[in-house]
Amino acid sequence: MTPPSATGAPGPAALLAFEQVSKVYAMGDNRVHALRDVSFTVAPGEFCAVMGASGSGKSTLLNIMGCLDRPDAGRYTLDGRDVGALDDTRLSRLRLRRLGFIFQSFNLIPQLSVERNIELPLFYLGWDSAHSRARARELAARVGLDARLTHRPSELSGGQQQRVAIARALANDPAIILADEPTGNLDSATGEQILGLLQTLNGDGRTIIMVTHETDVGRYANHHIHMRDGRIARETP
Amino acid sequence: MTPAPPDPQRFVPRLHAVGRNIRLGIENLWLHKLRSLLTMLGIVFGVGSVIAMLSVGEGASRDALNRIRRLGSHNIILSSVKPIDESQDSQRRRTAAYGLTYDDVRRIREGIPSVRRLAPAKLLRKPARVGRRTMEIRLAGVTPDWFDLVRRERIAGRLLTAEDEGGVKNAAVLTEHVARTLLAAGAILGRHVGVDGQFLEVVGIIRGEPERGGGLQTPDRANDVYAPLAFVRTRFGDVDMQMKAGEYSREEVELHQCIVEIDRIEHVEPAAAAIGRMLAETHKHDDTRIQVPLALLREARETKRTFNIVLGSIACISLLVGGIGIMNIMLASVTERTREIGIRRAIGATRRHIVLQFITETIVLSTIGGLLGIGLGLLIPWLITRLAGLPTVITAWSVALSLVISVGVGLVFGIYPAARAARLDPIRALRHE
Repeated sequence: MTPPSATGAPGPAALLAFEQVSKVYAMGDNRVHALRDVSFTVAPGEFCAVMGASGSGKSTLLNIMGCLDRPDAGRYTLDGRDVGALDDTRLSRLRLRRLGFIFQSFNLIPQLSVERNIELPLFYLGWDSAHSRARARELAARVGLDARLTHRPSELSGGQQQRVAIARALANDPAIILADEPTGNLDSATGEQILGLLQTLNGDGRTIIMVTHETDVGRYANHHIHMRDGRIARETP
Repeated sequence: MTPAPPDPQRFVPRLHAVGRNIRLGIENLWLHKLRSLLTMLGIVFGVGSVIAMLSVGEGASRDALNRIRRLGSHNIILSSVKPIDESQDSQRRRTAAYGLTYDDVRRIREGIPSVRRLAPAKLLRKPARVGRRTMEIRLAGVTPDWFDLVRRERIAGRLLTAEDEGGVKNAAVLTEHVARTLLAAGAILGRHVGVDGQFLEVVGIIRGEPERGGGLQTPDRANDVYAPLAFVRTRFGDVDMQMKAGEYSREEVELHQCIVEIDRIEHVEPAAAAIGRMLAETHKHDDTRIQVPLALLREARETKRTFNIVLGSIACISLLVGGIGIMNIMLASVTERTREIGIRRAIGATRRHIVLQFITETIVLSTIGGLLGIGLGLLIPWLITRLAGLPTVITAWSVALSLVISVGVGLVFGIYPAARAARLDPIRALRHE
């Protein structure tokens, strides 16, 4: 692991750190500041909720945290590495090794079975089929879907699909799980179950960062970041 | 705490990723069976017609080569030709003298060192008779060398020998066809055949060459009767009289044909040129013809090459069209599966992974098309041979070439769609609907 940055702003305990990160999008003739000088750190084992209305910049924040996008200004470090300096291939490798994604619309690949969806990260990690299959079964059991391995995503309910997505996000044993409105497409009872599952994972020591616009969902988190107009309006604790 | 990376022992070589990409490709194509099949059609018909056309071309050229080879690749065939200007003179009763002479043959034998053997022949159309049975034959006065240069299977008795020639014997070798016609079922050897007042004793029977159309005639005919050249020359002379349109025409021809065998294949064409010069010196009129089967062989190869180039161009066009069809469908597929690409990229697939996935899928598509095309290409020649009776030969290289080409088409026309897929921005691809 590389040593923490010389500025000393993020402590050695930080898993990821934003330092004065800005992001600007050109929308036609207008320039939209999606993020303005955002700084914060997330320590290992936190359950962090990024909250805010739509257009507050939280999706941009998630894209940058998820190594899908790079800051225009400032530094984003993950495991002490400056993500802005990495090329596309290195970003892909970083996502593959360190991150797991959970989306609002589940984003399972429709033509693949539950088992093969869960195996997907293992395929890119170069695992052989036998080991991948064993791991996929183990993960499916962990999210309570071991009876649905051969089903297609379209044959499952929303809550079940999100469980598959969680199992897939866990397959590569990531340092951080990034959840983008994970309950947005679910009824409240199912949503509670999914949040409970995330809390269990957090209890096992997994760092979770969740983006949501529903304030009551935030109560599962122990670190809250409220966004407004591309800035951090409030951060607790 | 940092989660442990996956056990390095679980990593396996990239090769197995190729296998899984192939499986994934097949599954995705199977998902749209009709679309995949329609997309393949261009390649199927392209490859099918390539193999079918090549097999017809190969069949025809092998047939031609066989016929040429039967003439002998070491041989030069000289023939006497009646000069055109003389025949139009219509000077009746005049004797038309032309063609190869005994002197020509002697000069060739002595003057060209690469000549190994010569088979001069007098060829006369004569009526032949045994008892009441008659037929029109071609009496061929030949030396024993003839049977070495025009090899035919011996059915009964013996061939002509040097003693027959030296003793001017009235021995005759018949073709199977003549023997059947004149002698039917009876005992054959030792019988006498009447030819224009002379009697020839049958000493042997050989298999004749079946009659065929086309420009390349073998030196022998089905209705040949072979007799010693010395005998034919002394008994029938060099002047031939024939009734033609109510008039007699007299022709004086010493030899009608001479097969010249050359010692080595690379000497054949220089020797033919030397013979041509030699004949030009002594023959005022253009009354001889020189045929070199080897040159015809080369011409046949040249024709085949041209044929292959033309076929190759047609094949290229149909494969190009097929390839463009494939590319079109793959581009549509990339657009359809934008979301899938976004998901794969978010999970950690590199651009390389995406390129490999889509190129593999395209190659799988074109290769399956190629395999179906090979099936079609094996079926069509079979039907052509069965229904039209044309010889067809399917060569292993044409099948191998087709397979290589179909993989190549997938590779070439898969690159652009795959590159488009890999260039997609993961964030936008994820939001695509």
